Amino acid sequence: MQWETVIGLEVHTQLTTQSKIFSGASIAFGAEPNTQACQVDIALPGVLPVLNKGAVERGIRFGLAIGAKLNRINSFDRKNYFYPDLPKGYQISQFALPIVEGGELTVQVGSGSDLYEKTIHITRAHLEEDAGKSLHEDFHGSTGIDLNRAGTPLLEIVSEPDMRSAKEAVAYAKALHTLVTWIGTCDGNMQEGSFRVDANVSVRPVGQKEFGTRREIKNLNSFRFLEQAINYEIRWQIEQIEDGHKIQQATVLFDPDTGETRAMRSKEDAHDYRYFPDPDLLPVQLDEDWIEQVRASLPELPQQKQARYQSEWNLSAYDAATLTGSRELADYFEAVVAGLAKPDAKLAANWVMGDLSATLNKENLDVAASRISAAQLAGLLARIQDGTLSGKLAKQVFEAMWAGEGNADAIIESKGLKQVSDSGEIERIIDEVMAANAKSVEEFRSGKEKAFNALVGQVMKASKGKANPQQVNDLLRQKLNA
Amino acid sequence: MNKTIKQLSALLSAGKASSVELCQDYLAHIQTQNATLNAFISVDNDKTLAEARAADALRTSGQAGLLTGVPIAHKDIFCAEGWLTTCGSKILSNFVSPYDAHVIEQFKAAGMPCLGKTNMDEFAMGSSNETSFYGPVRNPWDTTRVPGGSSGGSAACVAARMAPAATGTDTGGSIRQPAALCGITGLKPTYGIVSRYGMIAFASSLDQGGPMAQTAEDCGLLLNVMAGFDTRDSTCLERPKEDYTRSLNQPLAGLKIGLPREFFGPGLVGDTAKAVEEAISQLIKLGAETVEVGLPNSGLSVAAYYVLAPAEASSNLSRFDGVRYGYRTPEYGDLTDMYEKTRAEGFGSEVKRRIMIGAYVLSHGYYDAYYIQAQKLRRLIANDFTTAFQQCDVILSPTAPSTAFKLGEKTADPVEMYLSDIYTIAVNLAGLPGMSLPCGFDAQGLPIGMQLIGNYFDEARMLGVAHQYQLATDWHARAPQGI
Amino acid sequence: MSLSPQDVERIAKLARIRVNGDEVMAYQSQLNNIFGLIEAMQAVDTAGIAPMSHAQDLFQRLRPDVVTEPNRRDAFQAVAPQTENGLYLVPKVIE
Ligand SMILES: [Mg+2]
Ligand SMILES: [Zn+2]
Repeated sequence: MQWETVIGLEVHTQLTTQSKIFSGASIAFGAEPNTQACQVDIALPGVLPVLNKGAVERGIRFGLAIGAKLNRINSFDRKNYFYPDLPKGYQISQFALPIVEGGELTVQVGSGSDLYEKTIHITRAHLEEDAGKSLHEDFHGSTGIDLNRAGTPLLEIVSEPDMRSAKEAVAYAKALHTLVTWIGTCDGNMQEGSFRVDANVSVRPVGQKEFGTRREIKNLNSFRFLEQAINYEIRWQIEQIEDGHKIQQATVLFDPDTGETRAMRSKEDAHDYRYFPDPDLLPVQLDEDWIEQVRASLPELPQQKQARYQSEWNLSAYDAATLTGSRELADYFEAVVAGLAKPDAKLAANWVMGDLSATLNKENLDVAASRISAAQLAGLLARIQDGTLSGKLAKQVFEAMWAGEGNADAIIESKGLKQVSDSGEIERIIDEVMAANAKSVEEFRSGKEKAFNALVGQVMKASKGKANPQQVNDLLRQKLNA
Repeated sequence: MNKTIKQLSALLSAGKASSVELCQDYLAHIQTQNATLNAFISVDNDKTLAEARAADALRTSGQAGLLTGVPIAHKDIFCAEGWLTTCGSKILSNFVSPYDAHVIEQFKAAGMPCLGKTNMDEFAMGSSNETSFYGPVRNPWDTTRVPGGSSGGSAACVAARMAPAATGTDTGGSIRQPAALCGITGLKPTYGIVSRYGMIAFASSLDQGGPMAQTAEDCGLLLNVMAGFDTRDSTCLERPKEDYTRSLNQPLAGLKIGLPREFFGPGLVGDTAKAVEEAISQLIKLGAETVEVGLPNSGLSVAAYYVLAPAEASSNLSRFDGVRYGYRTPEYGDLTDMYEKTRAEGFGSEVKRRIMIGAYVLSHGYYDAYYIQAQKLRRLIANDFTTAFQQCDVILSPTAPSTAFKLGEKTADPVEMYLSDIYTIAVNLAGLPGMSLPCGFDAQGLPIGMQLIGNYFDEARMLGVAHQYQLATDWHARAPQGI
Repeated sequence: MSLSPQDVERIAKLARIRVNGDEVMAYQSQLNNIFGLIEAMQAVDTAGIAPMSHAQDLFQRLRPDVVTEPNRRDAFQAVAPQTENGLYLVPKVIE
């Protein structure tokens, strides 16, 4: 039987506020346990929640960025369950009326000739508070509870079950990650848990309309684990069904060490969350002026930039998507283009996606930490444009710039890397090379085109790589055909 | 000892008494009375006297306000830093609060020393003060009877003159009903006037703190201290400061008093009916007019309340889990065992019953039929009042269907106990202000209370009506024998 | 409607309150009495009425995003049943 996979993602994005969603405690990462858990966060008797405007503002920003409907009136409910990292015995979350409904994100899946676009629909995004952390290392058989994270503002982004493979899920998760960091609602730090993915996975025979029973993989904190976990889960579910078992709805955890998923013990009993409107919090009203202010403060979004790169600058869809992989990268790229007197986006794209990205990757650096500024790179590309540098020389200059030896012009000067474009000088070298390589000259003239390249190589070598390759080509051919 | 806070304020400002002297007198009186009445859970002479000395120092330095140095008792539902704060429950029997409720801050800022924390029904769930982990409070008028609840300790301590005033909270009648049963005056403000920050939640959308004292005038003075905007309570209203005593001396000529026909039906009999009728005659003599109004949905207020209040309570009380504070069962196995035993041992049976009702009405499959239906009824009940207030200025009714009943008389039947609040509950559902004031005694010498209900934010007018009545009568000035 | 002993056990479990056999029966009868009172609600036609969650028809005030709370761990943990190294301790949780 042929199987089809159905995947929907629920992504918890930690918002970039200073303080918690319902209290004035700090959300800074890495503090000593329970030192950032105030009376509201530890749910002392009598305390009350007060909503953080910064969290709501980030909800609006995200909703606008995905073209969603913003619920002008939204509200908070209580989700009731007992767990030691949930101090109140309920989580305050938006259940009935979330701040964001609808919206979509178009993503590129695959690469090269397998590249295709896919639009993932977003069901809703709602504000809620995070729980604390349970530390299971040994406290004499006990679990330790740190409530620093309790009350941290989250925007949970729930997609429709639109994805059909782990690859699509990863592409969507990455695009979402790019977007939320781009618009500054989330810092995207996956190690610190700022961006956590839950994947709802089910399988069904191809052609079947109804969804299969889904299992939810909780708390995946890397794209690699997301892909591994989904692929494991798909195989496991198909095997189960083919062996005649039924899939039971379950919440599962992924173990990166074994690459397997397993059902969570703590979620075994069917939950009845008894949602109801939080009587401590009134409905939230978003006024139009505020929404417009937030809209005006939004940067150009990745999808808008991609469209512009393709239409204005004739870049390929793949290049446009790559260059908008992060806001820093796109800003860098645009600064390079802007730094060129004769704008050449294709040239800039090749260098940013080529040498620059390769070097950054090798040194594990972010583009923001690049040792070559956008202006410096533009300076280098200008020398390519005016013929001063060949591609090969440009690479040498790039390396010297990366090593901190100064701007392109200074390096060209001090290293004498200037390309030789003086035709008299080039002709002199060609004559020498032709004299010294009579055999190759003979071969070419008898029809062996290959010999031409060997001669070009010799000329370049004799010029120490500085001869203008185009001129070498032209002049050599003239002389050989003379 | 039989002085109002108005009179105590005058004594202090005339230099005829110091706060330390007043507090010593009250503490001595508590010492002799409380063993019988059990109105206080915590008394701490050192703390009280330290606050009294600070108040006297303020007065010496010319910084005293109107009530500086006048002592007050606080219901043990208000968190007070350094004080045991139990909410009448075993589950908080070891909880010394690390912070002050807004109400406590307000009284501290006014320089009013705390005489102690008063007994109450556990988590304010009860109408007789018999659900307290600390044992029942006895009614000073007849110690075989209940003081009402849940602010029974506050009502009894004011009635027995162990404190000139006390704070209370009212979710379904918990200030007004014990005020009626103990012969004192108590006021539940408009929802949102008094911050709930630091007031341990029972049913958040209904709970409201308020003053309990001998007179309406005192209640007005105390409300001036208690009320006020607090950013830490999202449901607390941002309104200009007002003087709740501003209408005390307004004559009643032309006042329209609404009499809800549903509250004067066949259920109202005997001495309570007679006393309330006489109070109405008295008010008419003072120039008021009466008009019959209808509250057609009020008959269902008890039913709606016993869905909504337990639903909110079941969630509010989930934080008592033995993890971060409070009681934890001494012996347990796994986490669930710890939770279940802690809560089974830490909560009394009335609290557990209400948590279970609440969990049930919110649970899957029952939410719409119970919780949503009750919320819709709540709207209908509130709308009834809006209509009624188009015809009248204040509404008058009895506060409770009967005078103080015997200890143990209603404990076996929760439903009968719940009906004690039949006249008061609708006011909480609507969020309106209401008060109870003494209007007579029954044949056994037990006090009878009448209820005034005001329109939203109309506390000042309501207090004015009560004050004019109290100028013409002396029910409120009577104290139990032997006090 | 009336609650069965299983209903009582289910909600006691949901509410994390241990009930023994005798208690189940007692709760069942008390809760059924209370639901007898509550059932009266069902007679009212509330079609088209908006549910009322709050005493006021107002909107939420928003707090500026500012850190205002200092570290008070010692004061808070002074009243905690069991702590170690600044953590609250509970019986081992198995995820
Ligand atoms: Mg989720
Ligand atoms: Zn969530």
